[in-house]
Amino acid sequence: MFDNLRTYIDKIKPTFSEGGKFPWLHSTFEAFETFAFTPNRVTVRGSHVRDAVDLKRAMITVVFALLPALLFGMWNIGYQTAIHSEAGMWPYELGTCACFWYCLWFGFLRMLPLIVVSYVVGLAIEFIFAQIRHHEVNEGFLVTGIIIPMIVPITTPLWQLALAVAFAVVIGKEVFGGTGMNFLNPALVARAFLFFSYPTHMSGDKVWIAADLWGSDALAGATPMGELAAGSQCSASVWDMFLGIIPGSSCETSVIAILLGAVVLLVSGIASWRIMLSVVLGGGLMGLLFNAIGANDYMQVPFYYHYLMGGFMFGAVFMATDPVTAAQTNCGKWIYGFLIGAFAVLLRVLNPAYPEGMMLSILLLNCFAPLIDHCVVSRNIKRRQNRATERKEVTA
Amino acid sequence: MKIFTDPLAKNNPITVQVLGICSCLAVTAQLKPALVMAISVTVVVALSNLIISLMRNTIPPRIRIIVQLVVVSALVILVNQVLMAFVYDVSKQLSVYVGLIITNCIVMGRLEAFAMSRKPLESFLDGVGNGLGYGIILVIIGAFREIFGSGSIWGYPIMEKLGLYQIGYENNGLVIMAPMALILVGIIIWIQRTKDKDLQEN
Repeated sequence: MFDNLRTYIDKIKPTFSEGGKFPWLHSTFEAFETFAFTPNRVTVRGSHVRDAVDLKRAMITVVFALLPALLFGMWNIGYQTAIHSEAGMWPYELGTCACFWYCLWFGFLRMLPLIVVSYVVGLAIEFIFAQIRHHEVNEGFLVTGIIIPMIVPITTPLWQLALAVAFAVVIGKEVFGGTGMNFLNPALVARAFLFFSYPTHMSGDKVWIAADLWGSDALAGATPMGELAAGSQCSASVWDMFLGIIPGSSCETSVIAILLGAVVLLVSGIASWRIMLSVVLGGGLMGLLFNAIGANDYMQVPFYYHYLMGGFMFGAVFMATDPVTAAQTNCGKWIYGFLIGAFAVLLRVLNPAYPEGMMLSILLLNCFAPLIDHCVVSRNIKRRQNRATERKEVTA
Repeated sequence: MKIFTDPLAKNNPITVQVLGICSCLAVTAQLKPALVMAISVTVVVALSNLIISLMRNTIPPRIRIIVQLVVVSALVILVNQVLMAFVYDVSKQLSVYVGLIITNCIVMGRLEAFAMSRKPLESFLDGVGNGLGYGIILVIIGAFREIFGSGSIWGYPIMEKLGLYQIGYENNGLVIMAPMALILVGIIIWIQRTKDKDLQEN
């Protein structure tokens, strides 16, 4: 079967090459060819370091790492609808096996349109840009395209999502030259676009729970952070928040599923453990500081609540570690991560207008990452220069 | 003639010289104030260019900035009074930004770069051209932001009349905010540079 595919691709290859019928579709053809097979071009001369982990492999590993959170999110979408809808509305009794599968199925059907829209719009734009620029189509959108539907409320209207994806890919990425050149995380650009454009669809207590399978109506159900920002107590238990059985953005509620993904990322060496650790440290220390001040109810919330609520863990594991937009130097990574965690908690506690600080704080530090790197590098240069001059003086 | 047409596109004050960005962000949330602002700036730049050009040989170089400022301020006060008399509601909306035309970089820039060394007619044309070049961008951005941010054009609720709200359309809150104006300016610059190879650097 693979042999047939290979022969077929080889047969149609001249059509898309220089002098063929559709040379302007070369990027598209190339993308599908390398998607199916390893390219047969080899380096002609000179030695190069070769690694099995190329961009495609790295991206698909991140997608695998996202799967636990995605699957859990699907189930949770159904489950939240089940427990929030009126008695008798949900076809299966809670706690039964049938109910579990129906929850998963319900969530799957609700997530599917979001994921399809995100990929179709984003990839279409990527292909068009690659075509115009005569580049190869990049794999950068593979991860972005799955993350975007995971971090928006499940009731987000599809046209708004499409608009946000288009904005993120064009303004957040292609303007700067495509994958690897962007200074902001495109998935967060999409979320920020939605957040500022259509605030009624991104916050409050009416957007987190899908009411029925196809409609866009929603049931009321406040997220823990929404409750705290409104000045009331958090009604979810720590254990529920850790497991992720709370209302929230579609697939970022479960800390345990995200930690599973984190293990995958760390073992495969794709994400930086320094960033993850320092984000957690930064958020924790900021939380402890607020606990020590304790001026209002939100400040007195135990510091570990910040890990469990909202998108903190998702951001720390999947977004702050984006290798393109994060700081590159090791020392820079510590500073970058620490500030992300600290600012996220700071925004949450001190600014009730923006209940979720993680998005804004990662975007802010994305902007500062090159500056942090610059400072780290120039300090290192200065230190080594000093050492060299000192040695010279000693020998003289 | 080139003096007049150049600033409209090839040497546009906003997209090429990158001047006057501040007011471009501040007054373009709706089309009407954007247009009024564009006309006001055009009048101020054209007339101040003309006046300074007439006086250019009598201005001592060391105090030229002060002299320029006096002329510009006088014109801006006049414009402000006219706006308050005839379009009071727009004048209210524009608030301090009319007064801030005095500090608009385009005005000072044209005076220093052009009017101080050119004949009156040329200077006047240059002023009108630059004012209109600024105005075009303002009107484009103002129209875009009003249509997609408020769902209306010149106060006429176009989106409602088209029946878009019934099928789930909503106004975009980000377009109302200043950052979107900056992004739009960026997109215009992007398109202009793609079309015009002369403007591309490197």
